[in-house]
Amino acid sequence: MSVNPAASEKASRIPGVAFIFKKALISALVALVLFSLMIGVRTEAGPSGQLIYWTRFDDLAAMVATVFGGSIVVELLRQWWGPVGTVRVVPPPVQDALAVAGRWVAPVLLIFTFLVPVIFYNERYILDLGILVLTYVMLGWGLNVVVGLAGLLDLGYVAFYAVGAYSYALLATNFGLSFWVCLPLAGILAAFWGVLLGFPVLRLRGDYLAIVTLAFGEIIRLVIINWQSLTGGPNGVTGIPRPTMFGIPLSPGEDGLAARLGIEFSPTHRIVFLFYLILALALLTNWVTIRLRRLPIGRAWEALREDEVACRALGINTTTTKLTAFATGAMFGGFAGAFFATRQGFISPESFTFQESALVLAIVVLGGMGSQLGVALAALAMIGGFELFRGLDQYRMLVFGVAMVLLMIWRPRGLVGHRAPTVFLERNQAISSDLVKEGHG
Amino acid sequence: MDYFAQQLINGLVLGSIYGLIAIGYTMVYGIVGMINFAHGDIFMIGGFIALITFLILVSFGLTVIPVILLIVLLVSMAVTALYGWTVERIAYRPLRHSFRLAPMLSAIGMSFVLINYSQVAQGARVKPVPPIITGGYTLHEGSGGFVVQLSNIQIVVVITTVVLLALFTWLVARTRLGRDMRACEQDQTMAALLGVDVDRTISMTFVIGAALAAVAGMMYLLYYGLVDFFMGFVAGIKAFTAAVLGGIGSLPGAMLGGLAIGLIETLWSAYFSVEYKDVAAFSILIIVLIFLPTGLLGRPEVEKV
Repeated sequence: MSVNPAASEKASRIPGVAFIFKKALISALVALVLFSLMIGVRTEAGPSGQLIYWTRFDDLAAMVATVFGGSIVVELLRQWWGPVGTVRVVPPPVQDALAVAGRWVAPVLLIFTFLVPVIFYNERYILDLGILVLTYVMLGWGLNVVVGLAGLLDLGYVAFYAVGAYSYALLATNFGLSFWVCLPLAGILAAFWGVLLGFPVLRLRGDYLAIVTLAFGEIIRLVIINWQSLTGGPNGVTGIPRPTMFGIPLSPGEDGLAARLGIEFSPTHRIVFLFYLILALALLTNWVTIRLRRLPIGRAWEALREDEVACRALGINTTTTKLTAFATGAMFGGFAGAFFATRQGFISPESFTFQESALVLAIVVLGGMGSQLGVALAALAMIGGFELFRGLDQYRMLVFGVAMVLLMIWRPRGLVGHRAPTVFLERNQAISSDLVKEGHG
Repeated sequence: MDYFAQQLINGLVLGSIYGLIAIGYTMVYGIVGMINFAHGDIFMIGGFIALITFLILVSFGLTVIPVILLIVLLVSMAVTALYGWTVERIAYRPLRHSFRLAPMLSAIGMSFVLINYSQVAQGARVKPVPPIITGGYTLHEGSGGFVVQLSNIQIVVVITTVVLLALFTWLVARTRLGRDMRACEQDQTMAALLGVDVDRTISMTFVIGAALAAVAGMMYLLYYGLVDFFMGFVAGIKAFTAAVLGGIGSLPGAMLGGLAIGLIETLWSAYFSVEYKDVAAFSILIIVLIFLPTGLLGRPEVEKV
């Protein structure tokens, strides 16, 4: 965005105290009307089933006062900050700093991740959280192929996660197949569903595509809930076998890993194994994506995102390009799903709601759409931040929603706002992600 | 045949509710070009406001049902419209000229905020109300003892929808605001050059959409006798499906799509299975979009290079 004349004019004309006060007063008045019925009055079914209500004017007053104060603070901050202009080509000093940081952040982060189970061996909570974050990093990288590279907006990504999870759960519980056999099968099945979704949406663009993928995700979830004879319906699938280390179970028994190595058994072994398993899967996703970006198909994805018409004019087969993007993204979702099933030992449709799709999409967009490191950082920030509010319990999702809105307003282009081009002439120059198109599909 | 007639009536009533919500989606999409994901939750808020206003009025000793309903309607439309305005002001206006995904994610975030806000403020349990409008007419008594009924509440829902639609069509076609809205839909820059206050027009679009969603919320409350904090999500997706089915951006299309989704859902539950009624609605959406990518009444998108 170029310099907005209206914004700079506003900044030069510094509004006085009266203006701020008036604005805060209006906000408080709006808040009073908004909250008067929803917060000022509380309804609940009484003992006889009849609805009763009672008033909570103290809460209402507190909320209105908060809005009044908050409005003043926001207005002061806005004046202090001034208008923010964006730069298109990142200036050289910043670019150098970014290059240094970019060279070091990823390896340091990777080494740290490798060491997490060593450092926090006795902290079960941190290990579990690490596994969760890595699962979302993997999902984010998987969706990144579809949204970030090919520019196809997918709001139903969780469907492939569900397909992967249920594939493993059902194959393992019904046929006794091992995790290592099921993992590729789950990926293949998810990719198959990706192609199946891809076909009808080939001709759709933009928001039509978004809504169809959303509907697809809901259909998968509803079928899982209702096809009780196969999936167990809302009760889910229980007793999903734990993964083995290539056939050696991580159990306290005679043939367990601990017994074979001659060390004392500890349940932490399995957690550490799961941690490295998801780390390996996530890194596989990352590596495949990086390699694919250098292949003709990856370049075709990015070209498709930039300009579909030009793509067709240049003879790129958009059908296969879109389908492979869907299939590749879905396959990684399927892998992550299989991992999720084996980690939890229990899955139910509740884990595969639209909320998950939105969360993964938020991670991709916050990560800067297409930036691998950005997605990892965004997943860490979102899931880690989400965990910080665990104590708040019922306010957690509320805070999550507010954070999503605020982050979008603050950084609409994501946390990592620059991008290294895949192909360049003469010299490699990081560009602002404002220049990267988001695709039509 | 009687059974079919009864399902047709039920489907049309349900479709009216979906249509009212769908208009909000289609209007916003037509002008701003974004999916207002929080719209379904605005509908839910409308239901809650109607419920609370109703409880307060009854506890004040008001007993004349038409008066109560009128006050409830006006209050819930006004307050919910303010919700629509606030959501636009906070979450969408700063991102007006941003890239397409940003307002969409902001809208998804806003939807989470509204859902959890009402859960925290009003509790997670379903809020039931006793039937407010009772009675009805028997249209036809079949030979097998099956009776085709038209209840008063169904009449109220359909009449309210028709009246609002007439009012709304008049507003878009004949008033200054409607003209501004149509101008903004075609070309915002040109409209601004010709003296249309684009920001205000967009705000008003959200306000009107929210007011219509509030009516839908109130009708839902009257028809089903309950509200809960999560009802906006599914209703929102279905209403959006209706808007897409009718051709997004087209107002008669939204109503038509709403009626179609209502009928499909009702007939599917009547003849096939209740469990898969949502699957049927979404599948129809996908099938229609494969063969008619711009919906029933939508204008085909001209691709410019």
